[in-house]
Amino acid sequence: MKSIAVIDYGMGNLHSVAKALEHVCPDTRVYVTNDAAKIEASDRVLLPGVGAIRDCMAEIKRLGVDQIVADQMGKKPMLGICVGMQALMQHSSENGGVECLGQLPGEVAFFGDQPTVKAAHLKVPHMGWNQVKQQPHSLWNGIEDNSRFYFVHSYYVRTNQRDLVAATCNYGLDFDVALARENLFAVQFHPEKSHSAGLQLLQNFLQWDGS
Amino acid sequence: MGLAKRIIPCLDVNNGRVVKGVQFVDIRDAGDPVEVAKRYNEQGADEITFLDIGATHENRDTMVHTVEKMASEVFIPLTVGGGIRTCEDIRRMLNAGADKVGINSAAVFNPDFVQQAAGRFGAQCIVVAIDAKQVSSPGETPRWEIFTHGGRKPTGIDAVEWAIKMVDYGAGEILLTSMDQDGVKNGYDLGVTRTISDAVSVPVIASGGVGNLDHLVDGVTKGKADAVLAASIFHFNEYSIPEAKQYMASKGIEMRL
Repeated sequence: MKSIAVIDYGMGNLHSVAKALEHVCPDTRVYVTNDAAKIEASDRVLLPGVGAIRDCMAEIKRLGVDQIVADQMGKKPMLGICVGMQALMQHSSENGGVECLGQLPGEVAFFGDQPTVKAAHLKVPHMGWNQVKQQPHSLWNGIEDNSRFYFVHSYYVRTNQRDLVAATCNYGLDFDVALARENLFAVQFHPEKSHSAGLQLLQNFLQWDGS
Repeated sequence: MGLAKRIIPCLDVNNGRVVKGVQFVDIRDAGDPVEVAKRYNEQGADEITFLDIGATHENRDTMVHTVEKMASEVFIPLTVGGGIRTCEDIRRMLNAGADKVGINSAAVFNPDFVQQAAGRFGAQCIVVAIDAKQVSSPGETPRWEIFTHGGRKPTGIDAVEWAIKMVDYGAGEILLTSMDQDGVKNGYDLGVTRTISDAVSVPVIASGGVGNLDHLVDGVTKGKADAVLAASIFHFNEYSIPEAKQYMASKGIEMRL
């Protein structure tokens, strides 16, 4: 039986993502765990996350999840979601500045500081269903370009390495909502809360061989 | 092209059943909550809000069980409110599968609870629910106060100042219900909705009073709400969610169709 490890570092609601994975692939075993051996033995890894980055990074380090992520990187398909994506970047400006895992080049910035966001009086957090402009990648199979996904975040990712960008979105400014490198895929939105488009993406991930 | 305005059907739940009353009395049965939520999910609702209007412990256990069942079948955001008083209550609802919790009376009695909850679970999952009632007379500068206990108890707190304070304390969203309008189907209180939406940086959900689709449109265009919540027009099949979305889109509002 195929298996996926949802890394549990004590932050947020892992029930939603586990239920969504079970729903799209009843024949995949879903482990919600921070046990290194179990994660090592799984076919795929999912790094979720909600909440504030400082607390997330503190728990990631306390539980040794930083080492686990580094060990699994490149070995098997990995999906980062929301703060899980942000944690993979180099640095976040949240909570007065936090060093992140540095697995992906780029930083995490605050919407509320951006002049175009302020000028348009846009609400922060960016909350709700927004359109996602895809770049070619097999995780978008069966999902129409510009489909809407559910977002809830006040900080966003930006990278200068444009060849890593797998999707963008606009909210006062264009920003990066999916990054892909080899067998790593990371998204800012919540596929587990994005109805059919989100469930399709999770199913694609569970079938993805990482290339 | 951009962020869509949201339609949120609201399920008032008591003893494991969806109910709907007029100004919190005269309750009608509207079905099994999981079945109702599944129907809205299939119809394209953008989120679901689930309010526990009973206050007993038995009711609370039923709620947790219902949220668990719902979260296994409904893959859109789920907010659970009613009787959320402690971080333990929040943890329990999030573990059951809720994405956000609505805090109402507990915030009034202990505003620090909002700060504590936002610090622990993140602002994105803390919705502060405000029940507001107009207290100014016609002709005066409009003023609204917040009420607790289902609109029965006045607090003397100004609703606009309260909303600003709650956002400072970490609320990620405001669910604003007009007690004057709730259940009477004359449309949202657009004055308080617009005033609060202009005053805070976070999204505001308009609630209370929807009787037809123009009320939803007005909530966004005149009330400047980021999301519109309604119950009875959907529960009793007066309008479907797709119909409401099409209508709002036809009025130039960005919707997820």
